[in-house]
Amino acid sequence: MAKVKSLADLKRMKDALQSKMDLREKSNDPEGLVQIKVAMATCGIASGAKEVMEFLIEETAKRGIRTVVTQTGCMGYCYAEPTIEVHLPGKEPIVFGDVNIKKADEIIEKYIKNGELVDGIIPVNYKTLD
Amino acid sequence: MKDLSLHIMDIIQNSVRAEASNVELEIKEDLEKDIYSISIKDDGCGMSEEVVKKVTDPFFTTRTTRKVGLGLSLLKQSAEQTGGKLEIHSKEGVGTVLEVLFSHKNIDRPVIGDIAGVMVLLVSANPNMDFVYRHCTAKGEYIFDTKEVKEVLEDVSVTDPNIMKYLKELINENLNTII
Repeated sequence: MAKVKSLADLKRMKDALQSKMDLREKSNDPEGLVQIKVAMATCGIASGAKEVMEFLIEETAKRGIRTVVTQTGCMGYCYAEPTIEVHLPGKEPIVFGDVNIKKADEIIEKYIKNGELVDGIIPVNYKTLD
Repeated sequence: MKDLSLHIMDIIQNSVRAEASNVELEIKEDLEKDIYSISIKDDGCGMSEEVVKKVTDPFFTTRTTRKVGLGLSLLKQSAEQTGGKLEIHSKEGVGTVLEVLFSHKNIDRPVIGDIAGVMVLLVSANPNMDFVYRHCTAKGEYIFDTKEVKEVLEDVSVTDPNIMKYLKELINENLNTII
Protein backbone atom coordinates (compact mmCIF):
# COMPACT_ATOMS: atom_id res chain seq x y z
CA MET A 1 0.00 0.00 0.00
CA ALA A 2 1.24 3.49 -0.83
CA LYS A 3 2.71 5.43 2.05
CA VAL A 4 1.04 8.43 3.62
CA LYS A 5 3.06 11.46 2.53
CA SER A 6 0.60 14.31 2.55
CA LEU A 7 -2.68 15.41 4.09
CA ALA A 8 -4.41 14.34 0.87
CA ASP A 9 -3.02 10.81 1.34
CA LEU A 10 -4.19 10.90 4.95
CA LYS A 11 -7.71 11.84 3.83
CA ARG A 12 -7.76 8.96 1.36
CA MET A 13 -6.68 6.49 4.05
CA LYS A 14 -9.20 7.92 6.49
CA ASP A 15 -12.05 7.50 4.00
CA ALA A 16 -11.02 3.90 3.35
CA LEU A 17 -10.86 3.27 7.10
CA GLN A 18 -14.21 4.93 7.71
CA SER A 19 -16.03 2.75 5.22
CA LYS A 20 -14.67 -0.31 7.02
CA MET A 21 -15.53 1.14 10.40
CA ASP A 22 -19.17 1.65 9.53
CA LEU A 23 -19.54 -2.09 9.11
CA ARG A 24 -18.31 -2.71 12.62
CA GLU A 25 -20.51 -2.23 15.61
CA LYS A 26 -20.23 1.35 16.75
CA SER A 27 -20.26 1.65 20.49
CA ASN A 28 -18.92 4.50 22.51
CA ASP A 29 -19.63 3.10 25.94
CA PRO A 30 -16.42 3.70 27.92
CA GLU A 31 -17.69 1.45 30.73
CA GLY A 32 -17.47 -1.55 28.45
CA LEU A 33 -13.90 -0.85 27.42
CA VAL A 34 -10.64 -2.00 28.96
CA GLN A 35 -8.88 1.11 30.22
CA ILE A 36 -5.10 1.12 30.43
CA LYS A 37 -3.10 4.01 31.83
CA VAL A 38 0.62 4.13 31.22
CA ALA A 39 2.67 6.20 33.67
CA MET A 40 4.60 8.64 31.48
CA ALA A 41 6.60 10.92 33.71
CA THR A 42 10.39 11.26 33.52
CA CYS A 43 10.89 7.98 35.40
CA GLY A 44 8.50 6.07 33.15
CA ILE A 45 9.81 7.49 29.87
CA ALA A 46 13.42 6.85 30.87
CA SER A 47 12.57 3.21 31.64
CA GLY A 48 10.88 2.55 28.30
CA ALA A 49 7.21 3.44 28.83
CA LYS A 50 6.94 4.78 25.26
CA GLU A 51 7.66 1.37 23.70
CA VAL A 52 5.25 -0.30 26.13
CA MET A 53 2.50 2.18 25.30
CA GLU A 54 2.99 1.76 21.54
CA PHE A 55 2.94 -2.00 21.99
CA LEU A 56 -0.28 -1.92 24.03
CA ILE A 57 -2.08 0.32 21.52
CA GLU A 58 -0.98 -1.74 18.53
CA GLU A 59 -1.42 -5.20 20.00
CA THR A 60 -4.80 -4.70 21.71
CA ALA A 61 -6.13 -3.38 18.39
CA LYS A 62 -4.60 -6.31 16.46
CA ARG A 63 -5.99 -8.85 18.93
CA GLY A 64 -9.44 -7.30 18.74
CA ILE A 65 -9.66 -6.08 22.33
CA ARG A 66 -11.56 -2.83 22.70
CA THR A 67 -9.23 -0.69 24.75
CA VAL A 68 -8.49 2.91 25.61
CA VAL A 69 -4.81 3.44 26.30
CA THR A 70 -4.00 6.77 27.93
CA GLN A 71 -1.09 8.42 29.69
CA THR A 72 -0.88 9.38 33.29
CA GLY A 73 1.75 11.04 35.47
CA CYS A 74 4.06 9.49 38.02
CA MET A 75 2.18 7.33 40.52
CA GLY A 76 5.11 7.40 42.94
CA TYR A 77 6.36 3.92 42.01
CA CYS A 78 9.50 5.20 40.27
CA TYR A 79 11.43 2.09 41.39
CA ALA A 80 9.08 -0.13 39.39
CA GLU A 81 8.74 1.81 36.14
CA PRO A 82 7.34 1.36 33.59
CA THR A 83 4.06 0.96 35.46
CA ILE A 84 0.62 0.53 33.95
CA GLU A 85 -2.84 0.57 35.47
CA VAL A 86 -5.33 -1.83 33.95
CA HIS A 87 -9.02 -1.28 34.58
CA LEU A 88 -11.18 -4.13 33.35
CA PRO A 89 -14.91 -3.35 33.13
CA GLY A 90 -16.59 -4.04 36.47
CA LYS A 91 -13.33 -4.72 38.32
CA GLU A 92 -11.01 -2.70 40.54
CA PRO A 93 -8.08 -1.13 38.68
CA ILE A 94 -4.78 -3.00 39.11
CA VAL A 95 -1.29 -1.50 38.85
CA PHE A 96 1.48 -3.61 37.34
CA GLY A 97 5.14 -2.69 37.76
CA ASP A 98 8.29 -3.36 35.70
CA VAL A 99 6.25 -3.77 32.54
CA ASN A 100 8.39 -4.43 29.50
CA ILE A 101 7.08 -5.65 26.14
CA LYS A 102 7.18 -9.29 27.31
CA LYS A 103 5.27 -8.50 30.48
CA ALA A 104 2.78 -6.36 28.54
CA ASP A 105 2.13 -9.31 26.24
CA GLU A 106 1.56 -11.56 29.27
CA ILE A 107 -0.82 -9.01 30.80
CA ILE A 108 -2.86 -8.84 27.58
CA GLU A 109 -2.99 -12.61 27.13
CA LYS A 110 -3.59 -13.64 30.74
CA TYR A 111 -5.13 -10.75 32.66
CA ILE A 112 -7.03 -8.78 30.05
CA LYS A 113 -8.27 -11.78 28.07
CA ASN A 114 -8.89 -14.25 30.92
CA GLY A 115 -8.85 -12.25 34.14
CA GLU A 116 -5.95 -14.38 35.38
CA LEU A 117 -3.57 -12.45 37.67
CA VAL A 118 0.11 -12.28 36.74
CA ASP A 119 3.27 -11.41 38.69
CA GLY A 120 4.28 -7.80 39.17
CA ILE A 121 1.17 -6.33 40.80
CA ILE A 122 1.77 -3.35 43.05
CA PRO A 123 -0.59 -3.76 46.01
CA VAL A 124 -3.06 -0.94 46.61
CA ASN A 125 -2.10 -0.67 50.27
CA TYR A 126 1.47 0.15 49.32
CA LYS A 127 2.37 3.69 50.38
CA THR A 128 5.44 5.71 49.47
CA LEU A 129 7.35 7.09 52.46
CA ASP A 130 6.82 10.74 53.30
CA MET B 1 16.96 9.50 28.40
CA LYS B 2 18.11 7.65 25.32
CA ASP B 3 17.40 10.36 22.79
CA LEU B 4 16.05 13.87 22.29
CA SER B 5 12.55 12.74 21.34
CA LEU B 6 12.12 11.18 24.79
CA HIS B 7 13.29 14.41 26.43
CA ILE B 8 10.73 16.28 24.32
CA MET B 9 7.98 13.87 25.31
CA ASP B 10 8.88 14.33 28.96
CA ILE B 11 9.01 18.14 28.80
CA ILE B 12 5.71 18.39 26.91
CA GLN B 13 4.07 16.47 29.77
CA ASN B 14 4.80 19.61 31.81
CA SER B 15 2.75 21.63 29.32
CA VAL B 16 -0.03 19.04 29.59
CA ARG B 17 -0.01 19.40 33.38
CA ALA B 18 0.00 23.18 33.02
CA GLU B 19 -3.32 22.75 31.18
CA ALA B 20 -2.06 24.21 27.92
CA SER B 21 -4.31 23.94 24.87
CA ASN B 22 -1.63 24.76 22.30
CA VAL B 23 1.92 23.48 22.25
CA GLU B 24 4.45 24.49 19.61
CA LEU B 25 7.61 22.49 19.14
CA GLU B 26 10.32 23.80 16.86
CA ILE B 27 13.57 22.05 16.01
CA LYS B 28 16.17 23.96 14.02
CA GLU B 29 19.28 22.40 12.62
CA ASP B 30 22.09 24.60 11.35
CA LEU B 31 25.28 22.75 10.59
CA GLU B 32 27.13 25.87 9.42
CA LYS B 33 26.59 27.64 12.73
CA ASP B 34 26.84 24.31 14.60
CA ILE B 35 23.41 24.75 16.18
CA TYR B 36 20.75 22.20 17.06
CA SER B 37 18.00 24.06 18.87
CA ILE B 38 14.73 22.89 20.35
CA SER B 39 12.05 25.28 21.44
CA ILE B 40 8.80 24.37 23.16
CA LYS B 41 6.13 27.01 23.65
CA ASP B 42 2.85 26.51 25.47
CA ASP B 43 -0.12 28.57 26.59
CA GLY B 44 -0.44 26.83 29.94
CA CYS B 45 -0.69 28.39 33.38
CA GLY B 46 2.93 29.61 33.40
CA MET B 47 5.19 29.97 36.42
CA SER B 48 6.25 32.75 38.76
CA GLU B 49 9.81 34.09 38.53
CA GLU B 50 10.64 32.33 41.76
CA VAL B 51 9.57 28.95 40.42
CA VAL B 52 11.40 29.51 37.11
CA LYS B 53 14.63 29.97 39.06
CA LYS B 54 14.16 26.63 40.78
CA VAL B 55 12.79 24.39 38.02
CA THR B 56 16.12 23.03 36.82
CA ASP B 57 17.03 22.02 40.36
CA PRO B 58 16.67 18.21 40.46
CA PHE B 59 15.31 18.43 44.00
CA PHE B 60 12.49 20.76 43.03
CA THR B 61 9.10 19.47 41.91
CA THR B 62 5.48 20.54 42.14
CA ARG B 63 4.40 16.93 42.53
CA THR B 64 3.53 15.36 45.82
CA THR B 65 4.11 11.73 44.83
CA ARG B 66 7.88 12.14 44.99
CA LYS B 67 10.56 14.60 46.03
CA VAL B 68 12.62 14.88 42.88
CA GLY B 69 11.94 16.52 39.51
CA LEU B 70 14.47 15.33 36.98
CA GLY B 71 12.94 16.12 33.57
CA LEU B 72 14.31 19.63 33.06
CA SER B 73 17.55 19.02 34.93
CA LEU B 74 18.38 15.99 32.76
CA LEU B 75 17.71 17.98 29.59
CA LYS B 76 19.80 20.89 30.89
CA GLN B 77 22.68 18.58 31.70
CA SER B 78 22.41 16.97 28.28
CA ALA B 79 22.57 20.39 26.55
CA GLU B 80 25.41 21.70 28.70
CA GLN B 81 27.46 18.59 28.00
CA THR B 82 27.64 19.70 24.38
CA GLY B 83 28.47 23.29 25.29
CA GLY B 84 24.85 24.38 24.89
CA LYS B 85 22.31 25.79 27.30
CA LEU B 86 18.71 25.68 28.49
CA GLU B 87 16.59 28.77 29.04
CA ILE B 88 13.06 29.14 30.35
CA HIS B 89 10.86 32.20 30.03
CA SER B 90 7.50 32.07 31.69
CA LYS B 91 4.68 34.35 32.66
CA GLU B 92 1.87 33.37 34.96
CA GLY B 93 -1.41 33.09 33.11
CA VAL B 94 0.28 33.47 29.71
CA GLY B 95 2.50 30.43 29.19
CA THR B 96 6.02 29.17 29.05
CA VAL B 97 8.76 29.10 26.44
CA LEU B 98 11.61 26.66 26.78
CA GLU B 99 14.69 27.01 24.62
CA VAL B 100 17.42 24.41 24.48
CA LEU B 101 20.58 24.80 22.49
CA PHE B 102 22.91 21.95 21.55
CA SER B 103 26.10 21.93 19.57
CA HIS B 104 25.11 20.07 16.38
CA LYS B 105 28.49 18.45 15.84
CA ASN B 106 29.24 17.53 19.41
CA ILE B 107 29.53 13.78 19.94
CA ASP B 108 27.56 14.06 23.19
CA ARG B 109 24.48 15.45 21.48
CA PRO B 110 21.82 12.75 21.66
CA VAL B 111 20.18 11.75 18.38
CA ILE B 112 16.62 12.88 17.72
CA GLY B 113 15.19 9.35 17.93
CA ASP B 114 11.59 8.47 17.14
CA ILE B 115 10.15 11.99 17.13
CA ALA B 116 7.25 10.93 14.88
CA GLY B 117 6.22 8.25 17.39
CA VAL B 118 6.47 10.74 20.24
CA MET B 119 4.31 13.34 18.47
CA VAL B 120 1.67 10.76 17.61
CA LEU B 121 1.52 9.47 21.20
CA LEU B 122 1.22 13.02 22.53
CA VAL B 123 -1.51 13.87 20.03
CA SER B 124 -3.51 10.71 20.73
CA ALA B 125 -3.14 10.96 24.50
CA ASN B 126 -4.33 14.56 24.47
CA PRO B 127 -6.93 14.70 21.70
CA ASN B 128 -8.29 18.02 22.96
CA MET B 129 -4.93 19.79 22.73
CA ASP B 130 -3.38 21.19 19.57
CA PHE B 131 0.23 20.62 18.64
CA VAL B 132 2.42 22.22 16.00
CA TYR B 133 5.74 20.61 15.20
CA ARG B 134 8.08 22.54 12.93
CA HIS B 135 11.40 21.09 11.84
CA CYS B 136 13.86 23.26 9.87
CA THR B 137 17.09 22.13 8.27
CA ALA B 138 19.24 23.48 5.44
CA LYS B 139 17.22 21.27 3.06
CA GLY B 140 13.86 22.69 4.00
CA GLU B 141 11.07 22.85 6.51
CA TYR B 142 8.28 20.53 7.58
CA ILE B 143 5.28 21.57 9.65
CA PHE B 144 2.95 19.08 11.32
CA ASP B 145 -0.12 20.89 12.58
CA THR B 146 -2.81 18.94 14.41
CA LYS B 147 -5.44 21.56 13.53
CA GLU B 148 -4.96 20.73 9.83
CA VAL B 149 -4.87 17.02 10.58
CA LYS B 150 -8.09 17.12 12.61
CA GLU B 151 -9.81 19.02 9.79
CA VAL B 152 -8.88 16.25 7.37
CA LEU B 153 -9.90 13.51 9.79
CA GLU B 154 -13.28 15.13 10.51
CA ASP B 155 -15.13 12.81 12.91
CA VAL B 156 -12.48 10.07 12.97
CA SER B 157 -10.50 10.31 16.20
CA VAL B 158 -6.73 10.77 16.39
CA THR B 159 -6.78 8.01 19.00
CA ASP B 160 -7.65 5.35 16.42
CA PRO B 161 -4.66 2.95 16.17
CA ASN B 162 -4.79 2.96 12.34
CA ILE B 163 -4.87 6.74 12.18
CA MET B 164 -1.93 6.83 14.60
CA LYS B 165 0.03 4.60 12.26
CA TYR B 166 -0.78 6.84 9.27
CA LEU B 167 0.20 9.99 11.17
CA LYS B 168 3.53 8.49 12.16
CA GLU B 169 4.14 7.55 8.54
CA LEU B 170 3.18 11.06 7.41
CA ILE B 171 5.68 12.71 9.76
CA ASN B 172 8.46 10.23 9.01
CA GLU B 173 8.04 10.44 5.23
CA ASN B 174 8.22 14.25 5.33
CA LEU B 175 11.12 14.38 7.78
CA ASN B 176 13.10 11.99 5.60
CA THR B 177 13.06 14.54 2.81
CA ILE B 178 14.73 17.23 4.93
CA ILE B 179 16.95 15.41 7.43
